[in-house]
Amino acid sequence: MEAKTIRLVRRGELVSLTNVAPDRTLLEVLREDLGCTGTKEGCGEGDCGACTVVIAEPHEGRLRYRAINSCIRLAHSVDGMALWTVEDLAADDGTLHPAQEAMVRAHGSQCGFCTPGFVMSLFGMYQNHVGRGKPVTRELAQEELSGNLCRCTGYRPILDAAQQMGDLPRVAVDEQAILNQLGRLAREREPAASGGGYLDPRTLPELLRLRAAHPQAQIVAGCTDVGLWVTKLHKQYPQVLDVTRVEELQRIEAYDHHVAIGAAATLTDAFDALVRERPQLKTFANRFAGLPVRNSGTLGGNVANGSPIGDSMPLLIALGAHVVLLSVRGHREMPLEDFYTGYRQTVLAPDEVVGWIKVPRPGGPHPDPLPPAGEGANGPAPSPRLRGEGGGEGMELLRAYKISKRYDDDISAVCLVIAARLRDGMVDHIGIGAGGVAATPVRAVQTEAVLRGAPWTLETAQRATAALRAEFQPISDMRASSAYRSEVLGNLMQRFWLESQGHEQINLESFRLVEAASP
Amino acid sequence: MNAPEKFLAGTVAQPATGRPHFHESARAQVAGGATYIDDIPEVRGTLHAAPILSTVAHGKLLGVDSGEALKMPGVQGVVLAQDIPGDPILATFVHDEPVFARDTVEFVGQVVGIVVADTVMQARRAARKVKLKIEALPAIVDVREAVKARSFVLPPVTVRRGAPEQGIAGAPHQLRGSLDVGGQEHFYLEGQVGYALPLEQDNWWIYSSTQHPGEVQHWVAHTLGLDSGAVTVECRRMGGGFGGKETQAGHIAVWAALAARKFRKPVKLRLDRDDDFMVTGKRHPFAYDYEVGFDGEGRILGLKLMLAANCGWSADLSGPVADRAVFHADNAYYLGDVEIVSYRCKTNVQSHTAFRGFGGPQGMIVTEAILGDIARALGKDALDVRKANLYGTTERNVTHYEMTVEDNILDPLITRLEQTSRYRARRAEIARWNALSPVIKRGLALTPVKFGISFTATFFNQAGALVHVYTDGSVQVNHGGTEMGQGLHTKVCQIVADELGIPFEKVRISATDTSKVPNASATAASSGTDLNGRAAQFAARQVRQRLAEYVADKQKCKPEQVIFAHGQVSGPDAVMTWEQLLDDAYKSRVQLWSDGFYKTPKIHYDKHTLTGRPFYYFSYGAACTEVAIDTLTGENRVLKVDILHDVGTSINPAIDLGQIEGGFIQGMGWLTTEQLVWSDNGHLATHAPSTYKIPATGDVPEHFRVELWPEPNREDNVGGSKAVGEPPFMLAISVWEALRDAAAAARGGPVHMDAPATAENVLKSLRR
Repeated sequence: MEAKTIRLVRRGELVSLTNVAPDRTLLEVLREDLGCTGTKEGCGEGDCGACTVVIAEPHEGRLRYRAINSCIRLAHSVDGMALWTVEDLAADDGTLHPAQEAMVRAHGSQCGFCTPGFVMSLFGMYQNHVGRGKPVTRELAQEELSGNLCRCTGYRPILDAAQQMGDLPRVAVDEQAILNQLGRLAREREPAASGGGYLDPRTLPELLRLRAAHPQAQIVAGCTDVGLWVTKLHKQYPQVLDVTRVEELQRIEAYDHHVAIGAAATLTDAFDALVRERPQLKTFANRFAGLPVRNSGTLGGNVANGSPIGDSMPLLIALGAHVVLLSVRGHREMPLEDFYTGYRQTVLAPDEVVGWIKVPRPGGPHPDPLPPAGEGANGPAPSPRLRGEGGGEGMELLRAYKISKRYDDDISAVCLVIAARLRDGMVDHIGIGAGGVAATPVRAVQTEAVLRGAPWTLETAQRATAALRAEFQPISDMRASSAYRSEVLGNLMQRFWLESQGHEQINLESFRLVEAASP
Repeated sequence: MNAPEKFLAGTVAQPATGRPHFHESARAQVAGGATYIDDIPEVRGTLHAAPILSTVAHGKLLGVDSGEALKMPGVQGVVLAQDIPGDPILATFVHDEPVFARDTVEFVGQVVGIVVADTVMQARRAARKVKLKIEALPAIVDVREAVKARSFVLPPVTVRRGAPEQGIAGAPHQLRGSLDVGGQEHFYLEGQVGYALPLEQDNWWIYSSTQHPGEVQHWVAHTLGLDSGAVTVECRRMGGGFGGKETQAGHIAVWAALAARKFRKPVKLRLDRDDDFMVTGKRHPFAYDYEVGFDGEGRILGLKLMLAANCGWSADLSGPVADRAVFHADNAYYLGDVEIVSYRCKTNVQSHTAFRGFGGPQGMIVTEAILGDIARALGKDALDVRKANLYGTTERNVTHYEMTVEDNILDPLITRLEQTSRYRARRAEIARWNALSPVIKRGLALTPVKFGISFTATFFNQAGALVHVYTDGSVQVNHGGTEMGQGLHTKVCQIVADELGIPFEKVRISATDTSKVPNASATAASSGTDLNGRAAQFAARQVRQRLAEYVADKQKCKPEQVIFAHGQVSGPDAVMTWEQLLDDAYKSRVQLWSDGFYKTPKIHYDKHTLTGRPFYYFSYGAACTEVAIDTLTGENRVLKVDILHDVGTSINPAIDLGQIEGGFIQGMGWLTTEQLVWSDNGHLATHAPSTYKIPATGDVPEHFRVELWPEPNREDNVGGSKAVGEPPFMLAISVWEALRDAAAAARGGPVHMDAPATAENVLKSLRR
């Protein structure tokens, strides 16, 4: 099927690419069609970061920069954007960009194959942090580079480069010129065809119409999973329907009792919104894949995909999130756990798309089957004080636990999220979502029943531990054995108990080495 | 040395060695301008290949049905065993690997043939459509099962000294134990790739991402039925090697060349990452049993050790890898009366191969485990037990393979690290902290490394180089070593610059090329700089000598009085710039280029008894590592690392630091997060970075301090330096020992923890 021309801005110039198949990746176009071989393929699945490039779009009157994996990103998805690859950073006279110069000075490249990807992640940080007067700390560098793998250096020099690039003479992108060019591209954009190989509607009605008209088209959002179906399963898609350009679905809107996250919002933006309300989720958010994947992937895509080991679903289930499905026929809403019917199977009809994910806000009432009693929270003095959250009676105690082989950018062997609210020493509300323990992401219904309305005591926690272990029969695979998964599920409930009692330094995620001073 | 006033005021920084020069390709690498094989502009008509893989671990190959694949768009054809014009068996040492599987398949991922198509994706899609008819046979996946079945790729080897049975029986204390240590995928960021171009008159040009161009040349010629002289192999750089491109690159090049021959077109074969995992060999997993007798100080009096190497389906380099494991089972310690039995087990998995350390890590780890176990059995600090067992300088200084350790710096080195890392104070502090911590337990370990430098196959310890000086004073160096990121080319440029007394920037390296320096050994065994640096130094020295004679003749002095430094040449009468001299010398018909050749002295050994002096010298180091474990989940984290490492006189401190840090983190990965999982039917379930986890940025501790030992190599080695590629890898054994220490704090008593110490294995060690 004929796909339309891709137009983008690169090196200050407009670039037009014609006859690009809808399922061709950005990396293939760069390396094979354009002969720009600076960008490397390390894995072809978005896990090593060697293919990292930076894209930018207008956002609130400025450019917003995102480092992404070009190996699993469809080329058409960057239509209308600005693009930088590693070849685009040095000045015309060959002077290196600070992101590059810092890497040289810190001895940050050895074999050099991961280097273009690191340089581009650094460039993204440079634009988003250094360029805005914010320093790059070691912690930030670690977080934002966790999606880039290096096998030679051991990372220390690269982390140094990240922190030192801001000390070099500043180099600025001419944002206004690019904004003007992107504005021109937007104005000259071909109207969304009703057919064609790559459908990227801009409005919701348009999307729903196209979905109804082309139920066979492969629907994509950030392509961080579908991209692998192309590169690894060798699937071919003559027609693709991209939801990420739909303006209504890009929004994240806060209402009184919930936040509505549009299905086209990236994981980066979605987690930012969640962390804003629940700061204790910051680490969990950072451990979700690497930044280039979070910058492309969407929360809606993670939910729609329904992988039993996706990390967002246990969290959303624990928080009592609902999903809103849309079609030309109308919309329907359901608790997230009811969306799944089996291994990677959902209730989504051929003409439907995921529209929004509605996440209850911490203060608001949870859409719980049992309405929480005593709403209003002017009760008597709390008995067991909920420490750790700095909150008191009626506050949400939330913990998201992820067990994986590697701390960063790994898939959970077990993911367990527990959201509880206590009142008068009783479990007033409880939500438990689990991943890696069944064919779909699930709510731990039986364990919740044990806890709901029970006094929050060690004995209850022990009963919940046993219930959790009994509730699921996880499989053994390359990530962990069934026995380990079962044992750890229960042990995480114990950790939750200890954390609820104010114990600190019992979780390596928040562990800080404090040593006595030298004698 | 002449007085400095003989020279004009100059700004040339000299010597070039000893300085942290940037990697010679760094500026190109950061700008995307460094060319790897897949970046080379393709010659018109280039075709692309993809492998057809066995889906069965062991079976009779009854048929290959390419019908459906051949009908797919862009497909040019398939290449199978019957298309091989030369020997259908690869020219490996043991000659046991068919180029393509013929009658039998022996592992899941074995290459049966390749599909050739117009594009990479067309070839990969079609390769999946080729149907293999295979009648399954019983397969062995587990190494202990292979020992039981006496399934070997090479016969067992035993090294024995004294009477270990009596040593054990007569000792005040005895222990028995077992251990399993997993393998490791190289995960070079650039996957395996080869590009074969037919030239005129049946000559061939092969671009290969290889650590051993000479072997690729030999294999390709052998398979095509040609003389080696008909084949040229070139490699400018690899995107990482780590041993994984020592032999494994040869297969890729051979397959590409066979396809190029069949279709008379250039053919490129670049493995998809998943295929790379499935096809190529990895670090050998090992299984161990031991029985040890020791005294009240923990000193080993008798030891019986069984090392079973999981070699996979063919021998490849397993013989020398298993030998090196035997040679390093002592690590830094005098083992007393000892027997080591080494099994080289055949299993139906990938053929395991060279990987940084080359069996050394697998030899050392079991002895470190034994010493840790002894310490816990005696209730002693493990460092005290380690120190009690160290090699002496005048006695207890002969290895189990009859080599006297002459350059031992273990005791002063360990003592210094013990102080700088505050080992004793931290030990006490951690014990106090652990007593009060209900869930998290911290652990600490300080372990040494003593690693033998030289190829154990003595004849590999030779190297050649060419130094070309052009009339404008610029210099090109070519040598038989290959660049995989380790900084070999940078160090060689520094060495040549100093030999000629010219700036580092004047010296360039050209791609490693079998038509320039022939018969070069693999760039392996940490030997790259020792061998090629010396050869290049000798080549440059010959050019310098000719120039010195030319100047001496003109200035009526002795050649020794002519000094080359700071980009200038100084004799008793006159000083001139390097460029002026070259112009004069060229016009006076002085030969401005030369070769250089080096062979390592002193080494010899008997490959049947594994005795002699296989190593020219030892590289030393020690690491002190602190970790924390979560006793609820087994999750663990490295908190602090202090390293003291011996590189002799550093040729490039920045590069050496990079090797030490990078090697340590890679070793940490081997022992913590990097787990290879084969299913019972022999299918590798961890075949991509989504399932196989090498360390990422978050795994590197903020406290990661490295100090270099301030003493030149006691043997005469280039610039007084020592080899650095592999030894630091084994410093990471301290991570695993610290994890066992933390587990001991949690459970008390003995700790059995298999490696890698994934969260699951750590939790298991607390329960068993």
